[in-house]
Amino acid sequence: MNTIQTITERIANAAAGLPQTTIMEVCGTHTHAIRRHGIRQLLPENIRLVSGPGCPVCVTAEEDIALALALAKLPNVTLFCFGDMMRVPCGDESLLQLLSRGADVRIALSPLDALAFAKEHPAREVVWYGVGFETTTPHTAALLENAKRDNVKNLSVFSAHKTMPNALRALLGEDSGVDALLCPGHVASITGADAFRFLPEELRLPAAISGFEAEELLVAILALVTMQKSGNPALINAYPRVVKPEPNETARALVDAWFTPCDAVWRGLGMIPQSGLSLLPEHSKYDAVKRFALKPVVVPFRNACRCGDVLRGGIEPTECPLFGKVCVPQHPLGACMVSSEGACAAYYQYEGAGI
Amino acid sequence: MCLAIPGTIAIIEEETATIDYGGTTRRASVRLLPDVAIGDCVLVHAGFVIQKIDPDEGAELEALLKEVELL
Ligand code: SF4
Repeated sequence: MNTIQTITERIANAAAGLPQTTIMEVCGTHTHAIRRHGIRQLLPENIRLVSGPGCPVCVTAEEDIALALALAKLPNVTLFCFGDMMRVPCGDESLLQLLSRGADVRIALSPLDALAFAKEHPAREVVWYGVGFETTTPHTAALLENAKRDNVKNLSVFSAHKTMPNALRALLGEDSGVDALLCPGHVASITGADAFRFLPEELRLPAAISGFEAEELLVAILALVTMQKSGNPALINAYPRVVKPEPNETARALVDAWFTPCDAVWRGLGMIPQSGLSLLPEHSKYDAVKRFALKPVVVPFRNACRCGDVLRGGIEPTECPLFGKVCVPQHPLGACMVSSEGACAAYYQYEGAGI
Repeated sequence: MCLAIPGTIAIIEEETATIDYGGTTRRASVRLLPDVAIGDCVLVHAGFVIQKIDPDEGAELEALLKEVELL
């Protein structure tokens, strides 16, 4: 008998007699891997997997996207971003559309691409559009540190970075409907496993850090179901070959040297206190919003997009009336349909539009 | 964007490593994990090496399953 079968059977045994149990994953790569491996089909009926706010593209507020668009429209600016951000719509515009109209927007495989470009083009104002959680913030900090070290004056950063723990606290309070948490393996490889101890300790939720292979996901789910059954929530590191208990200290020191927590708006979820990162005041000359004196943009909520409910795990993507009809990956209305890590896009790709 | 890929460090020159992904090579910064050596198996994310990977996979799954039994 193979390992997958063994673990699947053990999950079925552990789940027997449990009421409907909801496990949330908060990592876009998990969302994608769970669909790709068909994990949901391997679980008993009373174990439900939902996607939380783990896709950085999906949670970037329209207000922030509007600011990025405003930066890209400035005549002397070259805006670098991750490829996923290109197609995220804000109203009728996206960075991709601005690019086709002549704006200088470039996809970076590494944030350091922006620094190399800035050195080669001293007459351009180069802006790095930083999005993402603990897995990408250190990259932006390293970019800034190297820009400072190399005395590069034409580089700044627009930070839409977010942090996971406070968002989870806000989201998983009482009556969240979520019973256990599958913690993001790559975030934990930077923050250290211990950063997720608050889940069992403060919120009484079983938590398991998981990798991305089918066996790894299933072992983590087995641990969660077992803890749910025994009523003893704890934190299990089911990805120890990559995740250590303590953080990546170099990364943490860099982030602390450049960023400070701030309140942040999450798309579909609203303002979550101290869940974003802005540049420390002493580094404000590297802050693109200040450098170009941009005004905050108020974006009215206008369509029937249910992204907020999807991100909270309240509904399945297929329950959104726009899913697969007007909102498809080729023409996304909400951000969850843009990135392959978004819950709606993952559903569309692996489970078809017709369900 | 969160996708991280495992590879092996082939060359290190100052802050930049050349990573071997089973035949294809790419460069990545070791700025976030300076303490690496040639031959290390590492996780690379958006152009940066972010963590070392312990190679011993099979044994780990066994150990995890035992750990779960004790929950
Ligand atoms: S299907 Fe589209 S509009 Fe509906 S929740 Fe998903 S991304 Fe938003």
